[in-house]
Amino acid sequence: MQAESSRAWGLAHHFDNFEQQREASYLGMWVFLVTEIMFFGGLFTAYVVYRSANARAFALGSKELDITLGAFNTAVLIGSSLTMALAVWAAQQGKRKQIALFLVLTILLGGVFLGVKVVEYRAKIDHHLLPGPDFHFPVTEVDEILGVQEGNVEMFFNLYFAMTGLHALHMIIGIGVLLVMVVLALRGSFSRKNHNLVECMGLYWHFVDIVWIFLFPLLYLLGRNI
Amino acid sequence: MSAEATTNLPRRVNYLNVDHGVKSWLLTKDHKRIAILYLVSISFFFAIGGLMASLIRLELATPAGDLVQADVYNRLFTAHGVIMIFLFLIPSIPAVLGNFLIPIMIGAKDLAFPKLNLASWYVYNLGAALMMWALLRGGADTGWTFYTPYSSMYANSEVILTALGAFIVGFSSIMTGLNFIVTIHRMRAPGLTWFRLPLFVWAHYATSLIQVLGTPVVAIAILLVAAERLLHIGIFDPAVGGDPVLFQHLFWFYSHPAVYIMILPSMGVMSELVTAFSRKRIFGYRFVAFSSLAIAVLGFLVWGHHLFVSSQSILAGVIFSVLTMLVAVPSAVKVFNWTATLYKGSISWETPMLYAIGYVGLFVIGGLTGTMLATLGFDIHVHDTYFVVAHFHYIMVGGAVMGYLGGLHFWWPKITGRLYPAFWSKISALLIFVGFNLTFFPQFVVGYLGMPRRYHAYPEEFQVLNVLSSAGATVLAVGYILPTIYFIWSMRYGERAGANPWGAYGLEWQIPSPPPTHNFEEKPVVTTEAYDYYTLKEKRVA
Repeated sequence: MQAESSRAWGLAHHFDNFEQQREASYLGMWVFLVTEIMFFGGLFTAYVVYRSANARAFALGSKELDITLGAFNTAVLIGSSLTMALAVWAAQQGKRKQIALFLVLTILLGGVFLGVKVVEYRAKIDHHLLPGPDFHFPVTEVDEILGVQEGNVEMFFNLYFAMTGLHALHMIIGIGVLLVMVVLALRGSFSRKNHNLVECMGLYWHFVDIVWIFLFPLLYLLGRNI
Repeated sequence: MSAEATTNLPRRVNYLNVDHGVKSWLLTKDHKRIAILYLVSISFFFAIGGLMASLIRLELATPAGDLVQADVYNRLFTAHGVIMIFLFLIPSIPAVLGNFLIPIMIGAKDLAFPKLNLASWYVYNLGAALMMWALLRGGADTGWTFYTPYSSMYANSEVILTALGAFIVGFSSIMTGLNFIVTIHRMRAPGLTWFRLPLFVWAHYATSLIQVLGTPVVAIAILLVAAERLLHIGIFDPAVGGDPVLFQHLFWFYSHPAVYIMILPSMGVMSELVTAFSRKRIFGYRFVAFSSLAIAVLGFLVWGHHLFVSSQSILAGVIFSVLTMLVAVPSAVKVFNWTATLYKGSISWETPMLYAIGYVGLFVIGGLTGTMLATLGFDIHVHDTYFVVAHFHYIMVGGAVMGYLGGLHFWWPKITGRLYPAFWSKISALLIFVGFNLTFFPQFVVGYLGMPRRYHAYPEEFQVLNVLSSAGATVLAVGYILPTIYFIWSMRYGERAGANPWGAYGLEWQIPSPPPTHNFEEKPVVTTEAYDYYTLKEKRVA
């Protein structure tokens, strides 16, 4: 009876109904995001440990970062979260063209973010702030008396590149999935009943956004006033 | 009733004969077939890891380092550890038995994400292939723990490939855990409340929580080691103020709970075996169920006991010591409840039950020595000696592998529809028990006397105990080879099993063996508690 009518297109064979399928995919996505939190958590732990040991060196490193570009990127990323949320809204309404439109906007904003990131990375490399044999950071005499060593500043940039790099990798993967989803949306793969992929991608994109919301103050803002 | 009679018809379509050809296996989304794929893979790697162990024991038969050089020996025990832990123990019960049984036990057609399940097998094999490639190029020599700064700065071996292999295999573990969590939450049959679930499912739920919460942390730690070797991003490099001990913290934050990834599923198997072969409900169902969760939670709070001699503060050491001892509480709850289940049960000594009884004995020894090692003073005395090696082998081999083999013997008739020879299987269970104790008990003694682990040579006074251990390993090897032979034999020549050869309780025994692809003809409705052997008996009588 119920099962017959609901064995519709888009409902996997092992689910009883769309509701079960939807709840399963949401829970799956949330569990995946928990693993992501733990994954980034390792790096955040390293940041906290080393920052508490070398606060001044980290603040000096922080001062080298471009706060304007960082703030601009923060705004861009929050904007992309808005367009992503609108894509989810469009999916709930079953408006396939609008889904595609908002997904494309999200991709564009994500692209802008990555582009700015490339500019920032380039500047750091030019200033010999890329960790490795070429790293060079002049420590003033005052700072040396205060216990700052060049290596401690290098550690800040180790973490800067590891954390923002991992974040950027998540953006790149996200943009890749979004591109596939634009095609799916135009083909009409998402219906009002079945648009779990859009919802789950929304969760992912907001997660990546939130990681940046933590990265920005930790890396760009903390201790700049020294 | 009539259900048993109809299931013996030879031409019935089941998950094994529904489709033929390599492609139908490699592209399958059926959780039962994926379980078989995993069984093949992990058995292969178990054999390779076992081969490494044999070479290690062969070298240690004499005090002099004569069979292999010290450097080769380092690579041998690293390969043994990496393969056995990442490629065998962690996936063993979840990916094979859990994969096969969890959907059936909860009355579902499949896991929530069948494609993800298949993907996890491919990811596992990709990681395994990287590790094997590393091994062929000479292997890593860091030990399975990849401790910095040795692994990141000094080791002149295939650290990156091996570590990346472990990193990738970790994803397959996460995929399995995620799939189980969602499946257990969202796919249970009508009437199957949380407290009617078989304890096997509870144990896997707890395991999955650890896999999902812990694995990403070791993933990032391993990734950072690789980044340090490849890109000079020296997070653990002391030269730039990095702390190598931070790596140990991140590593053990996962790798201690990983021990519970290995042991919890086998505890789930135990609860099934003990009830089935004493024809009784489990004693204290809720205690056993919650003790699994307690082990999972406490498991995350004890990693510091691996750092008692790694510059950790005494205060932290004391706290970790006490927390570690707390794990003994839920573990003991389980052992007591299994034993209480036996009391006044109608016990039969089938092969799986032999494994179950052996498990209790070995796990108690492993657990009690674990409590000894949790004691700060004692641990500092025996740290990095064979006492530790013996302890964790009692848990991982005496516990996890015994549980795995017991479970495999229990559900083999369900998986293949065939019975294996009872006599030979009992002989092999006995050989494994005797061989295991002969291998590892002497290591407690030799470790207590001060023999350090990870050396290829040792003073002559330790030879008797080492020869005993090597002799035991030979017996153990025979015990492992026997099941391989008779399991393969049984697939063709074994007697047909019927739906419920053990007269056990549970949804998986109410469907034919081997099960049809969709498991159930009609969606089951559950109206009874788990292990309701009393009602089952009444039904039979009526």
